[in-house]
Amino acid sequence: MNLRKYLKVYKKFLHTSLASELEYKTNILVDLITAILSLIGSIFLLSIFFQNNGYIGGWKFEQALIIQGIYTILNGITNTWFNPNLTEIVKHIREGTLDFILLKPIDSQFFISLKKINPSGFLEILLGFFLLLFCIRINQISLSLSFLTLCLITISCSIFILYSLWFFISTTTIWFVKTWNAIEVLRSFLYIGRFPLNSFSFSLRVFFSIFIPIAFITTIPSEVFLGLSQSWKILLEIIVASVFLITSRKFWFFALKFYSSASS
Amino acid sequence: MLEYRVEIALWAISGIIPFFMLNIWTNNNLNESIKISEVMLSRYFLCAFFVRQFSVVWVVFSFEEDSLMGKISPYLIQPLNPFFRYFAQHLAEQITRFPFALIIAFFFFIFNPESIWMPNLGILLLSIVSTFLSFLIQFLIQSIVACLCFWTEKASSIERLIFIPTLFLSGLLAPVVSFPAYVKSWIYLTPFPYLIDFPANLLSGNETNIGGGLSMQILWIFLLFPLFKKIWSEGTKKYTAMGS
Repeated sequence: MNLRKYLKVYKKFLHTSLASELEYKTNILVDLITAILSLIGSIFLLSIFFQNNGYIGGWKFEQALIIQGIYTILNGITNTWFNPNLTEIVKHIREGTLDFILLKPIDSQFFISLKKINPSGFLEILLGFFLLLFCIRINQISLSLSFLTLCLITISCSIFILYSLWFFISTTTIWFVKTWNAIEVLRSFLYIGRFPLNSFSFSLRVFFSIFIPIAFITTIPSEVFLGLSQSWKILLEIIVASVFLITSRKFWFFALKFYSSASS
Repeated sequence: MLEYRVEIALWAISGIIPFFMLNIWTNNNLNESIKISEVMLSRYFLCAFFVRQFSVVWVVFSFEEDSLMGKISPYLIQPLNPFFRYFAQHLAEQITRFPFALIIAFFFFIFNPESIWMPNLGILLLSIVSTFLSFLIQFLIQSIVACLCFWTEKASSIERLIFIPTLFLSGLLAPVVSFPAYVKSWIYLTPFPYLIDFPANLLSGNETNIGGGLSMQILWIFLLFPLFKKIWSEGTKKYTAMGS
């Protein structure tokens, strides 16, 4: 792997896709309003849950807001990178244009995962950061270097897990051709990442930590924020993230063996 | 439609968010504060799932694709409004989705045997009617948004914007009864609670104003239909096929 070459290629990707997205300027404005409304909506829903209860699954309202903040950031990342790129895989496979990508002298996973960018997701990431800053104030969290490193580690692990889940589902397109709806299923599962894991019943908790590790994605980073997380949990998240990342890559190459171009 | 069985099954599964919400409500005993028993609340969310399954609309996405690909032009020459074509597609898919929704309901009852109930025939018919009316309202709203394709080309982002209040205010995630008073004071004037909350309450046997709800649904259809007619005739005048 030649890192410099990949950086250079990525710069070109950024340039071309930003240029094409900025063609639709009003679209970006509409997306911004959507992101703000969606955050207001989920805080509204949370406030309904808390209107007569002090605690949900052991979390106070102020603490549950941290989960919302992290969810918003991750959702922004999904909308910026994962969604525009990985839904494209479906199109590549259906129209047979995947051939052109496989022929390029560059890693196919890299190309397919980072080709496009949707700038309106940035605004969501920013919104999430503002919410987190606000949470740090109202929860009186004191910032220190070790705290920040741990946050950074757990959030990047969450990003890797999220990416791998998306990539897994999109890769199955090679067999099933149409996976739009599988992506919808993933989206609706991810939706529960907005709430603390402990607020669900035991069976759902098990399901969402073992089969689809959504628990790891938002709850563990939020616990780190509150200084509640045990070190074994953080370690576990790192392990899960690396396992997911490696298997998703292996799975991609395995799937490519079954790829037989369109109309051949 | 039957060609895409897996597709439709997945689509049905993707609608299970109401069940997750139910899980939060009952697992934290939140239903006590809004004075709905656990059984009634689980019936409510099951019905919300059903109503959503049979009132979900995606016409704006089909229309946007067709209009960007230039497929709208031949449709326009035909002596039938192209929206009938999409309308028929939606109906066909709803029918194919019915067995999958039943399977999910079956599993729901296995896990929650105490919530099994049988609505009487009159209520069942009324709730089918109100679900259909809810579908019509959403279809009209989305068709109006879809017509904006004639001006902006990317109407789906406007649809995503409208979807947010639909998601949070329609009663899919929390019944409208549980909303704080400052929202309840105006929400019944908007179309949102009649999309899911009203039909779901009706079907599940929760308290609701049947006459009022149905008449509000019909009122909204009568308000939206002329608007759609207007925007459609304006839009087709504006329309120039892609690349011309």
